Amino acid sequence: MIRNLVVLGATSKIAQEVARIAAEKGSALLLVARSQQRLDAVAGDLLARGATSVQVIAADLADISHHAELWAQIEQQMPQIDAVLLAYGSLGDQKRSEDSLDFALQELNTNFTSAVSLLTHAAAVLERNQRGVLAVITSVAGDRARRSNYVYGTAKGALTLFAQGLRAKLFSSGVRVLTIKPGPVDTPMIAHMKKGLLTASPQYVAATIYRAMDSGKSNVIYVPAYWRAIMTVIRAIPESVAKKLNF
Amino acid sequence: MPVPPGNNAYKSWGNYPTAAHRKVLRPTWMDEITIGLLRENAPLLAHGMGRSYGDSCLNDGGTLMDMRGLDRILHFDPERGTILCEAGVSLGEILLVAVPRGWFLPVTPGTKMVTIAGAIANDVHGKNHHVEGTMGCHVERFELVRSTGEQLLCSPDENPELFAATIGGLGLTGIILWAELRLKRIASSQIEMETDPFSTFDDFIQLSSDGEGRKFEYTVGWLDCLSGRKTRGIFMRGNHAAAGELRTHPRSSHLTVPFMLPGFTLNRLSIWGFNTLYYAAGRMKSGDRQVHYDPFFYPLDKINNWNRIYGKGGFTQYQCVVPVSEAAVFQEILERIARAGQGSFLSVVKKFGSVQSPGMMSFPRPGLTLALDFPFRGEKTLKLFAMLDELVLAAKGALYPAKDPRMSREMFRASYPRLEEFRKYVDPALSSSFWRRVAGEQR
Repeated sequence: MIRNLVVLGATSKIAQEVARIAAEKGSALLLVARSQQRLDAVAGDLLARGATSVQVIAADLADISHHAELWAQIEQQMPQIDAVLLAYGSLGDQKRSEDSLDFALQELNTNFTSAVSLLTHAAAVLERNQRGVLAVITSVAGDRARRSNYVYGTAKGALTLFAQGLRAKLFSSGVRVLTIKPGPVDTPMIAHMKKGLLTASPQYVAATIYRAMDSGKSNVIYVPAYWRAIMTVIRAIPESVAKKLNF
Repeated sequence: MPVPPGNNAYKSWGNYPTAAHRKVLRPTWMDEITIGLLRENAPLLAHGMGRSYGDSCLNDGGTLMDMRGLDRILHFDPERGTILCEAGVSLGEILLVAVPRGWFLPVTPGTKMVTIAGAIANDVHGKNHHVEGTMGCHVERFELVRSTGEQLLCSPDENPELFAATIGGLGLTGIILWAELRLKRIASSQIEMETDPFSTFDDFIQLSSDGEGRKFEYTVGWLDCLSGRKTRGIFMRGNHAAAGELRTHPRSSHLTVPFMLPGFTLNRLSIWGFNTLYYAAGRMKSGDRQVHYDPFFYPLDKINNWNRIYGKGGFTQYQCVVPVSEAAVFQEILERIARAGQGSFLSVVKKFGSVQSPGMMSFPRPGLTLALDFPFRGEKTLKLFAMLDELVLAAKGALYPAKDPRMSREMFRASYPRLEEFRKYVDPALSSSFWRRVAGEQR
């Protein structure tokens, strides 16, 4: 059981569902997200569902200049961290990223650079304690850049690589890094798209993530698992063909 | 807020009638539901789990706002037994949190798959109406957003007129963001129940009154509609057990009706067979026993999408209430149905008590209520129902909007004497297929 869980981006749908599972098992939670009002709603829900305690910190996670301060506060409020879940992100708008470099860089900061900063701080804390799980939600979109969302894919792919490196660095300290690659999930993030056959429910995705965080030994999981096979095929498409595919 | 393309994926429980929505909104936070949003999306209707049978949960040609994203329990007080929930929290989810700590829903309909806001908008009732009244009797307060520029708290003391108009107000008076409910203390999740066969309506009324005298909190009767001139049925009554474990229901059911069954699945013969078996089983099990609350209150929740057994044509329910003095009309109704050869798969009869709901447009009122399920067979069904309407009207009765796909404007006006008063509280940006059909402006 994960006794003390820190959730970064706690108002994302997947994060809320993971936190609910932890709450029902009686965990203590520390939630970080931008909106105080939304954090309060999530905190109330987790307490009602059985969480031992829920603390919240309202902070803009994309704002790297405050990360050191934020982590000092997290450590003070939750000295014995068992797991950290990094769950925030922005699907962005590919077209807008192409039209505006500023927007593209901002998306890269939200989905990658700021995550690197947070993970570095988190790694330092867990490494000092010599225990814990650092779970990072990336995406199948990071396995291959596609015409339709390559800015998002680039950030998530880079984040996957960073987590891979961090895993090797933390291995000897007993800290595990778990990379989570969900396919499309039925969340507000994709609510503007048509729901495909392969769209998974956030509850299913969360249950899989919690299991892998809690007891598994996994390093990289695809959720649902069939995405591993699908992405193996997609990665195998030769570049000369892939560049002509408008997908 | 994300806006998926307009679609007709949203249906009512009876699958009749259908609706094509211009747009569907899926808010996930209360702060997304603003006065401006209501204005921009008129005509708009909030939609919960789509358990209303007819068209009161549909908004053909308009915008539907799926409220299931607002599924957080904001506060539960296990000492006082109050629970404050976002609009889209289901009654089942409330039970999962409340039961382990010795609390239960004060009133529950025959399914736990309805949202709290939907339960308020339809002022739902249950087997304990004679003791506890409707859901609206147990609502402490809620917050309402209206396109007319207000965002306000409503309770019996604060904005009492809007409170009364919203309870049973079919979602037309504003959007409920959250609601607070008073729960009921229980010592066990088990129900002590007994069943008795009955063979006349007088027997049923006797058993129901007996139940009141002996303080049975839950009473309901099941009727066999195809037994011809003779009434036969099973009377069920129960109480929460005085002691025992506090166990919640299973989270999911593995039984599913995976697709629409062909329309001929339910014919006169199969319904007759079902009812005969049900009656026999009830007779055999006659007597006292203890069951968990889940099978006692929600037997059909066990089968996901059970409405699909009625096939693509859909089905409908005819639920009316008449004063006790007019009970004879039920016999007449059953005879007309038997004569029309349109068997009802499930028929339920219940004696309502005199506990007054705050709701202006509440369906339950002192008397007897009868609920009959029918596969929808087009003209044939509509003709039968028109005939039944005359009987119900003559008996000074009323029909239940949550079940209705077809009642006339005249029938609605006769059933709801406070309609003109209610009209003043209807939000101009809100509407539904039902409202336009029975009372609103026709487009």
